[in-house]
Amino acid sequence: MSAGAKTGGVALAVAAVALALFPLVAGKFGVDLVTKIMVFAILALSLELLVGQTGLVCFGQAAFFGIGAYTVVLLSPQYEAVSIFWLAPVAVLFATLYALFVGALSLRTRGIYFIMVTLAFAQMAYYVFHDTPLGRGTDGIYLYVKPAVEVAGLTLVDLDKPLTFYYVVLGALALTFAFLAVLLRSRFGRALAGVKANEQRMRAAGYSTYAYKLAAFTLSGAIAGFAGVLFAVKDGFVNPELLAWHLSGSLLVMIILGGLGRLQGAVIGAFAYELLRLIFQHEPLFGAFAKHWQLGLGLTIIAMVALLPEGLAGLPAEIRRRRVGRAPRTADADA
Amino acid sequence: MDLATFLVQCLNALQYGLLLFLVASGLTLIFGIMGVINLAHGSFYMIGAYMAFALAPFVAQAVGGGFFATLLVGLVLAVALGYVLEWGFFSFLYEREHLQQVLMTYGLILVFEELRSILVGDDVHGVQPPAWLAGSVPLGDLMTYPVYRLFVSAVCIALAAGMYFVLTRTRLGMMIRAGATNREMVQSLGIDIQFLYRVVFAAGVALAVFAGMIAAPISSVYPGMGNQVLIVCFVVVVIGGIGSVRGALFAALLIGLVDTFGKVVFPQAAGVLVYVMMALILLWKPDGLFRAG
Repeated sequence: MSAGAKTGGVALAVAAVALALFPLVAGKFGVDLVTKIMVFAILALSLELLVGQTGLVCFGQAAFFGIGAYTVVLLSPQYEAVSIFWLAPVAVLFATLYALFVGALSLRTRGIYFIMVTLAFAQMAYYVFHDTPLGRGTDGIYLYVKPAVEVAGLTLVDLDKPLTFYYVVLGALALTFAFLAVLLRSRFGRALAGVKANEQRMRAAGYSTYAYKLAAFTLSGAIAGFAGVLFAVKDGFVNPELLAWHLSGSLLVMIILGGLGRLQGAVIGAFAYELLRLIFQHEPLFGAFAKHWQLGLGLTIIAMVALLPEGLAGLPAEIRRRRVGRAPRTADADA
Repeated sequence: MDLATFLVQCLNALQYGLLLFLVASGLTLIFGIMGVINLAHGSFYMIGAYMAFALAPFVAQAVGGGFFATLLVGLVLAVALGYVLEWGFFSFLYEREHLQQVLMTYGLILVFEELRSILVGDDVHGVQPPAWLAGSVPLGDLMTYPVYRLFVSAVCIALAAGMYFVLTRTRLGMMIRAGATNREMVQSLGIDIQFLYRVVFAAGVALAVFAGMIAAPISSVYPGMGNQVLIVCFVVVVIGGIGSVRGALFAALLIGLVDTFGKVVFPQAAGVLVYVMMALILLWKPDGLFRAG
């Protein structure tokens, strides 16, 4: 294990412990905020699998997220709780099926064309929920009774309690992260890295790259749908904006900001993006300018692009490199 | 739908499509030649519209006013803005990954939106067309059509013809076309690529700003107008094929038609028609209709 990998593992453990202990020091607002950010971190991880690991820039990730969330709300009856053990799988299944459909078609295209086709399919899903009776329009729908987590009539976890739900989401985030980390070390993960680096060569080596890309796309849609389930249960409310391209765009910004090519980049990016937003919206700090929080966020993003080519997750490596005093990186190494 | 309504909708479609073309042609050239995915392009359109609104009082004070004097001042500012932006923000990004550029231009969108909010505010404004273009012409027995919309279409057609001339009949146009086809080859032939980039970028910004300025009296001026245009323009660029101005013109007119008639015939599904069309076209031709090179 290299020095970098070792400190990385330590940092990961520290982060997990810090998140686990966080509710002890935080109030209601903090717990709610971090729960939301962790849901977005899971969603960002699903996109990182595509963009950072496979080299497929998807601009429609919000659609799978929204389908997962809407399914939970639409399948819940108004006055009684439904078991999460069939609700969540069905919601994830719907998101997965749509991802399979979108992936099968859009993977015929490449580059910016792929970006735009995924956007197009996401917009189609958006209009289904926005303009048809199914989604009940712009106002969205409320989930009155949260799903039950019961085995043989015994309630295991009460999802209505914010603190309990915080740990459920934290567990989900840890599981997703671990699953992806293992997956990327497997033969499948190495093949995805190969597709990202040089698809032509992978094909020449006998890999059916289309199948690998489609598998990654579908899996990513499933994880996004899972994040959608968590989101619907957390807020008890869904509206069509969950599927809008604004969210897909923000997710891309999160993972690029955090640093592509590293799983922790997606999580760091989700936290950094939401916290930066919060800081610049903080009235005591910025006074009248808190209203114009996007200015600070925009300038910070531009500065980070200029100073951190590898994103926030690349910062330790960058510092190490500078300390060792090796020659500065060339542009080619970035590509 | 009777003939007069049909005719009015055709004119609307043409005008919308041509306006889209002005914005999208700059986007496709910047993308095709410089290889930069410029998300801030919609902001230039927004800046143009707000300039038409906010500059008018100053111009009126300085030279006695007039819509065209405002247009001229706006154009000069736009070229300067494009030049400075390329120099300050884009020139260090060419060697980076595409997604780094996406992130930076996303940051620029936020900055432009907030600067607009600080300088001009968040209200919706109307802009008056010049008096001699304010009337309407009769169409059939019952309908009339605003002269200003015809004027916008005419200006766009003139600009498209001008672009056609510059791109196909001048040395600069030859370099631009060559740059869109094979950037490395152009560079190795000894053409000053830095200069070419700056010209293309400044021209693209100027086109988008100009489109925003002449659109202002039609669409009114409101926050968020840039983002709306941005997405449609990306649709135009990919349908037409990256780097192809001809493709952008064709795709813009197609989208103008589909969007305008979609709103009349299927008002429920109007928003999604454009995307359905793009998906179908790209599944049929994965590189767009007229890919350069």
